[in-house]
Amino acid sequence: MSALQQLMVALRLLWRDWRAGEVTLLAAAIVIAVGSLTTVSFFTDRVQLALTQQSNQLLGADLSIVSDRPFAAEFAATAQTQGLAVTRALRFPSMASAGGESLLTDIKAVAPGYPLRGEVRLADALFGAERIAREIPAPGTAWVDDRLLTRLNLKPGDTVAVGRARLRIAALVTQEPDSVIGFINSAPRVLMNEADIGSTGLLQAGSRVRYRLYVAGETPAVDAYRAWAQTRIGPGQTIEGIRDARPEIRSALERAERFLGLAALVSVILSAVAIALAARRFLRRHLDGCAVMRCLGARQAIVVRLYLLHFIALGAVAGVVGCLIGYAAQFALAAWLGSFLAVALPWPGLMPAYYGVAAGVLLLLGFALPPLMSLGQVSTLRVLRRDLGLPRGVGAIGYLLGLAVICALVLWKAQDLRLGAYVLGGFLAAAGVSVALILLLLRLLARVRAGGGVSFRYGVANLRRHALANTIQVVALALGMMALLTLTLIRGDLLHSWQATLRPDTPNRFVVSIQPEQVAPLNAFFARHGIAQPAVYPMVRGRLISINGRAVSSNDYSEDRARRLIDREFNLSWAARPQPDNRVTAGRWWEDDGAARPDQLSVEDGIATTLGLKLGDRLTYDVAGSTFDATITSLRKVEWDTFRANFFVITPPALLKDFPVSYMTSLFVPPGQAATLNQLVGEFPNLVVIDVAQIMAQVQKMMDQVASAVQFVFLFTLAAGLLVLYAAIASTRDEREYEAAVMRTLGASRRQIAATQLAEFALMGALAGLLAAAGASALGYTLALKVLNVPYTANHWIWLIGIGAGGAGIALAGMLGARRVLAAPPLQSLRRVA
Amino acid sequence: MRAVGLSKQVATGDAQLTILDDVSFDIAQGEAVAVLGASGSGKSTLLGLLAGLDTPTAGSVSIAGKDLFGLDEDGRAALRSQLVGFVFQSFQLLPALTAVENVMLPLELAGEPGAQNQARAMLERVGLAARVAHYPKQLSGGEQQRVAIARAFVRAPRLLFADEPTGNLDSATGEQIIDLMFELNREQRATLVLVTHDEAISRRCGRALRLTAGRLTNGA
Repeated sequence: MSALQQLMVALRLLWRDWRAGEVTLLAAAIVIAVGSLTTVSFFTDRVQLALTQQSNQLLGADLSIVSDRPFAAEFAATAQTQGLAVTRALRFPSMASAGGESLLTDIKAVAPGYPLRGEVRLADALFGAERIAREIPAPGTAWVDDRLLTRLNLKPGDTVAVGRARLRIAALVTQEPDSVIGFINSAPRVLMNEADIGSTGLLQAGSRVRYRLYVAGETPAVDAYRAWAQTRIGPGQTIEGIRDARPEIRSALERAERFLGLAALVSVILSAVAIALAARRFLRRHLDGCAVMRCLGARQAIVVRLYLLHFIALGAVAGVVGCLIGYAAQFALAAWLGSFLAVALPWPGLMPAYYGVAAGVLLLLGFALPPLMSLGQVSTLRVLRRDLGLPRGVGAIGYLLGLAVICALVLWKAQDLRLGAYVLGGFLAAAGVSVALILLLLRLLARVRAGGGVSFRYGVANLRRHALANTIQVVALALGMMALLTLTLIRGDLLHSWQATLRPDTPNRFVVSIQPEQVAPLNAFFARHGIAQPAVYPMVRGRLISINGRAVSSNDYSEDRARRLIDREFNLSWAARPQPDNRVTAGRWWEDDGAARPDQLSVEDGIATTLGLKLGDRLTYDVAGSTFDATITSLRKVEWDTFRANFFVITPPALLKDFPVSYMTSLFVPPGQAATLNQLVGEFPNLVVIDVAQIMAQVQKMMDQVASAVQFVFLFTLAAGLLVLYAAIASTRDEREYEAAVMRTLGASRRQIAATQLAEFALMGALAGLLAAAGASALGYTLALKVLNVPYTANHWIWLIGIGAGGAGIALAGMLGARRVLAAPPLQSLRRVA
Repeated sequence: MRAVGLSKQVATGDAQLTILDDVSFDIAQGEAVAVLGASGSGKSTLLGLLAGLDTPTAGSVSIAGKDLFGLDEDGRAALRSQLVGFVFQSFQLLPALTAVENVMLPLELAGEPGAQNQARAMLERVGLAARVAHYPKQLSGGEQQRVAIARAFVRAPRLLFADEPTGNLDSATGEQIIDLMFELNREQRATLVLVTHDEAISRRCGRALRLTAGRLTNGA
């Protein structure tokens, strides 16, 4: 036979098998595996493409330097002498108000030439026609986004107050480079001219201003400038190029890709189990055919090659179908997660499809090759003696290939050897523990068996006979159920316990940027409006520059949080006594207000761990160019989720009182009194009022969207779990039918047989439910204590629901799958199966 | 037991294939009857109909005065449970159950007390006292058929159906099995209906029904 002839024969074999329903299960398993993988990779591919195709548009330049203080003149001057275009912008949060209403906004003040790359798009009315901006906003005017217009009830042409300045709204911004709405900052945008900053009076001590320098030009010149700037930047200054393309989006994307990818892998692993089960059944049902083919003169190699081609074709076809499903499903992910990005997502490329089909074929071969190889070894004698059974020599070793494919997929998705190893190890450990647990439970059940009715006894006997296969089934189902229990019950519980930790009078507004001379008038304002006088805390912005005389750099730390803490300025505060919700856990708080020895620090224990600080360490801080040293004399535990103002680092009053200071406070404003806050901003335009409830609502919405996306990916897991159940029922259906027929000849009623099967399926489902409830509770416990820091309240319903729904659901699904067993006349079954 | 005008047709594609054609006969209580015929003559189908394991296209079967096909499937199962024992060519033991559990099964399905002791006694009777806890796959063909015989006789059925009980055994073992069956049959005074194509075995029965292409040609 030529290769082409072999292929044609293989395709004919495949077609016949498809028609006879022999490969439906294999195909479905591959479709689910590839579908779940490609759903995630199509989506992440779109974001990835958006980042590379639009990176300088996103940056607004070819290179940009961010700084928490104004740039030295040499930065712009050097760029200009090198023939590069330069411009700058500064960005800070501030209140904007109009018509007695005020709103926290994100102000961006730009200089002529902005943006150097990409474009700002404007409209003259909400939903109006878009045009490209040719200039920056003229002095005295501002461009704002739709959210500001709708929330302050404004239209273009109206006036908005920013600080002490009043700006006319000249246009509506619909798109701008250099903004990533959603991830961190969701405040409405005000784009204004840099020249107006002075008149706002907003640049004072304590304002959180980010300065940005934009550079664009020929690549060599930009590279040369980058090399030069690298030697000039100090702490708190970072360079972003096209290649770094928005590191914050990239790292968020990587995290999403990993997490969703690993979630998708759970379905892949379950599908692999279904494939392994289905392939075994396929083998058993094709032994006779192969024996006959061998008798008719086909060499062993030909038989193997024909079925190899058959399987590759099956994997490819099912893989393509899976890709199509993944392509359709990624729209759902994009709808939930894409809204965090201000970038229009391009169509996905074909790469995920190639990978998806390849993964499908590999999975199929990995788990189907071992039984396939044994098809070639089938004894020709089988045509004479049916009882010769399965060829030997496949065993567990045969599945190493499949295991290797899974490991490779996990490592590829985790993109990190350690994470991949953790996931694999965790999965194997969980599976091992579950298997051991179920085997133990089955053994215990066998003891009970003598006591139960006859149906129960045979149900248990059936479970025990295929102990390992049934155990795999139970674990697969438990995984799917655990994912669902966690995402529904546990998620709700955690949210509840967290919300329950908040008292009703929990502060719901933060007021920052209070200048020293405003503290007394502000207190008077509160007294006038009947608001309880809140505690006002001093705040000094400083940067940690050395620990025990050794200069620190973010490069010294591998953890993201630590690097950020080193790169940014801290809010330092002073206090004579610790706040009531702070508890000193090590060392001692200063006596006599620390007047005797002012160079002391009290550090929050979490940040101390992150930065590797301990009692007795001497830290040096840089505050607006001058430095001070102090020693850590106590560590504190802080209840962050009380929403009271709290600080990582506190000093005695004497140490900081001569540095530039601003004040902040947190207060509870009853819902009816929100208008008072508008008056507050009217009287003190430089204050920034942060609405905690609004931020919480945003966080909640974001969490809901992420949860929806994750739940969506886990739908594949559930489908895969059900597929495993179906595959397992199918793989034992012949035996069940046979046993039922024998029992019927012995006089068993249909009810007795149904009860036997019901007992078997319900037990299996209940075991899976028990396992799922245990797993979900453990996960919830870990999340509560380690991640969310809320007390864990055990939910007893989860056990009842897990076991009850698991038992009933699987019993129902199993009985539906096993219907035929009860319907067929016994003689027919005996003849068909024997 | 009385069979009247039994016919069985099955559809194969667009043609109707007649397997049994208008078969009628009576079998008296305690009689031993062989059903003889070439392969494909309809022997096993006839046996299946007599035992109510399958339904006929036309005709009726009555056992102890009860019309078998006037009952529903569960009614027939109850009747089998009360009156009928089976021995198959391919033993049909349940692989998940040990020898003694296989023998206990009909007792348990009927809800009889003391199943275990009865089953052990029966296995002892067929010479398998040492094999009670073995699973079918640990037993030889002859031993498996002994377990099947023990299962068939454990409820002292009034009617025993045997479908080529020696078909899968060598001749020496087959002879022992047949001896055992006839012995037990005499002890329990049961009616025996035995399908075979072995003339020597059929001669040990009192009467032989001969089937040729679905029609009864001798013995009615």
